[in-house]
Amino acid sequence: MADPMKIRAQMKGEIADIRVLMSHPMDTGQVKDAKTGQIIPAHFIQQVNVSVGGKVVVEGQIGAAVSRNPVFGFKVKGAKAGDKVVVSWTDNKGDKRSDETVIA
Amino acid sequence: MKRILLLCAAGAAVAAFPAVAKDAATAEFEKFRDVLEADNPAELFEMKGEELWKTKRGPNNASLEKCDLGLGPGVVKGAYVQMPRYFADVGKVMDAERRIVYCMVSLQGFKAEDIARQPFSSQTHTPDQTAIVTYVAGQSRNMKFAVPMNRPEMRETYEIGKEIAAFRAGPYDFACNSCHGEDGKRIRMQELSNISTHEGASKSVQGWPGYRMTGGVMLTLQWRMTDCFRQQRFPEPKYLSDTITALITYMSANAQGSLYKGPGIKR
Repeated sequence: MADPMKIRAQMKGEIADIRVLMSHPMDTGQVKDAKTGQIIPAHFIQQVNVSVGGKVVVEGQIGAAVSRNPVFGFKVKGAKAGDKVVVSWTDNKGDKRSDETVIA
Repeated sequence: MKRILLLCAAGAAVAAFPAVAKDAATAEFEKFRDVLEADNPAELFEMKGEELWKTKRGPNNASLEKCDLGLGPGVVKGAYVQMPRYFADVGKVMDAERRIVYCMVSLQGFKAEDIARQPFSSQTHTPDQTAIVTYVAGQSRNMKFAVPMNRPEMRETYEIGKEIAAFRAGPYDFACNSCHGEDGKRIRMQELSNISTHEGASKSVQGWPGYRMTGGVMLTLQWRMTDCFRQQRFPEPKYLSDTITALITYMSANAQGSLYKGPGIKR
């Protein structure tokens, strides 16, 4: 099981500001291990979903060009304090992780 | 070989460039860092470190919640900015990472040799103590450096650190102070801080442990000091040696009173 994400969600006026830190190696599959000379197999997040208050607001496809331990930020209209935010990802090896928080 | 040549060039650059006012490149990088500091991946390592701190692990199946970082067993809040300090139980001055590893060995039963085998982060591996140091450092966020210098052992260690910083040796006849002993020096794009001043030392201890964006690895002040010796072509100090603790003591004491902003983000 992958390490947990860190999610911050805050109302800024009318807009909810959601920021997510994910813990993931995001290996591109094009880098060799310096010691063994073997290619490090590709291992990256492919799908990122965000829902606010039970409603899906982001369905994103991302790829190997995104950095290790990536940071994402979303601004969502129509949310309110107390809404539940659920962020989940799936990577190319089928690993999944889902974390949630409440908008402050 | 290419790397070595490059570093030689870097060494030469220190001598060649006179004092430069804060240049555009540095200002741009600072803007970049300001944006990223709000979402620093170092926080992921803080979370990991907290879990490692609280989980029962190792041959003794113990957590680190009995580990005394100087403020009593298990007290983490504010401990980082009050280290290095003299620990009477071992009769030694220890910095944060050294003390944490000491606890991992004495409380949890890990073997010091095993920990020392690969003590610093690589792209594929982050040692447990690195995450724990990051957690402990995060618990001193926005507190002021208050290294307890009232002990004679601390003052002695400080003086040793000062000596080491000034000690010239190695194939390039280099010392820490060759780069970090006076104001206005730089290597390529990097402005160098003068660790003998309050301001410079504050800049140097600030932001460690730090998340390095190049490669995405979490690194500690212990690593930074060891790397300085590598850059000077000194023999590499042993992991958690007295030398490194003395240097960290020297810098932290010079930074006394400045605000610690927590684990940082590096280029």
